Amino acid sequence: MLIKRPADIKSHEIAEPALYRDRRRFLQQVTSGAALAFAAGTSSLLMLAEAVAGRKLDYRKNPQLSIDNPPNSLKDITRYNNFYEFGTGKEDPAKNAHTLRTEPWTVRVEGEVEKPADYHLEDLIKSSQLEERIYRLRCVEAWSMVIPWVGIPLADLIKRFKPTSRAKYVEFTTLHDPGQMPGQRRAVLDWPYVEGLRMDEAMHPLTILAVGLYGEVLPNQNGAPIRLVVPWKYGFKSIKSIVKIRFTETMPKTSWALAGPSEYGFYANVNPAVDHPRWSQAKERRIGEFLKRKTAMFNGYTDEVAGLYTGMDLRRNF
Amino acid sequence: MRYLKSTLFFACLLPLALLVWDGFHDALGANPIETITHRTGDWTLRFLLLTLAITPARRLLGWVWAVRLRRMLGLFAFFYACLHFLTYLVLDQFFDWGEIVKDIAKRPYITIGFSAFILLIPLAVTSTQAMMRRLGRRWGQLHRLAYLIATFGVLHYLWLVKADYLQPAIYAAVLVILLGMRVWWWRDRVLMAALK
Repeated sequence: MLIKRPADIKSHEIAEPALYRDRRRFLQQVTSGAALAFAAGTSSLLMLAEAVAGRKLDYRKNPQLSIDNPPNSLKDITRYNNFYEFGTGKEDPAKNAHTLRTEPWTVRVEGEVEKPADYHLEDLIKSSQLEERIYRLRCVEAWSMVIPWVGIPLADLIKRFKPTSRAKYVEFTTLHDPGQMPGQRRAVLDWPYVEGLRMDEAMHPLTILAVGLYGEVLPNQNGAPIRLVVPWKYGFKSIKSIVKIRFTETMPKTSWALAGPSEYGFYANVNPAVDHPRWSQAKERRIGEFLKRKTAMFNGYTDEVAGLYTGMDLRRNF
Repeated sequence: MRYLKSTLFFACLLPLALLVWDGFHDALGANPIETITHRTGDWTLRFLLLTLAITPARRLLGWVWAVRLRRMLGLFAFFYACLHFLTYLVLDQFFDWGEIVKDIAKRPYITIGFSAFILLIPLAVTSTQAMMRRLGRRWGQLHRLAYLIATFGVLHYLWLVKADYLQPAIYAAVLVILLGMRVWWWRDRVLMAALK
């Protein structure tokens, strides 16, 4: 039997450390926002408040596209992850990501698209219904988690952008600002971080842009304010803090594939039969468990995605 | 000397004590097995390099007394290497011999790390006074394996890193300095001998 003791203080009553450290700027924003709201009605204040990490989101669950494994704790998800822009240690992002300013946030849409434009984050997501998707996440380093994301299908957005017939791939770019992202002061990777998907992968119903976690606005260290989630690929494909979406005719040159061409491919589909040159991918450690689990093909999403790769040699296109 | 040795003994156990303390206080993070692996590995390397720092400390700083602490430092390197290997064997792989054999054969960073561990065993076994007497001149030759073991240890770290080489590069730099000094002294000796 699982005995859960209720927390003495409810989690939403505790101010986020980042928010607390940033209280002056926050107060400034709130007061200026309030003045604005006075002039323009209350909506701008509400929007401003919504962008703060930890704020509750309005979403509906999507059980059809969710798995029923128990999710990892918010603590594990937010304190153990890779986000090299804030340091290469697993606990660095949680420590350092408070310097990221996610409000205001603009995403540039360009390339082979009918409507290239700069979009405010709110305008990008406001016409779609936010959904909770509980997905497995498998890191290329052979650990895994189960994460309740909140986001929108990427396909919804792509349809609105109207890519041209020449658009074969989608390329995503992370913010490049060493002032906000201290990890970018060292050339660990060739900044900015770039990832990409083939068009059919990007349009797949499992592919989402996440803005939340556990029903709340995404914490900075998990890729706020908007990140990609592609659950059948290794975690590094799911690029964080996106500022640019570009439609291209040629395969994007992605960061890890450039850093280690023999170790990280463009596709990076989870595949227990194709080892990383330096370690096995046959098993994984689910965070919170002692014994390793067997890694499943396409991270357990074979029924949904195997059709995307029929006829492809996945050993060569790793 | 006796006092110094017992102080050092307990100081060398502090990293283990901290690990156990953190284990009981839920302070090993979301992936405790990884934390234990990394910390025992780090301390193995640190003790290996400390052992190799004794001769330079004696020659450059005149710390003759330090030589008498070297065996303990070397044995602690072996001690943390054992913990590191046992963590891999029990906590990480849980006696999955098939995977372990594959790892050792196929993964260069594990091959070299495992070799370093195996090479430490004869040094630990021959660390007693009696063994030193029995082996005589050959004892010194045998224990020069420490140079190779430390090199293997640093390569083990370098080869497992994904992109950020800073930490292993620091160990590598210290190792190059410590071994470089020996090459320098050896060159001096050869030159002096040639002049005679």
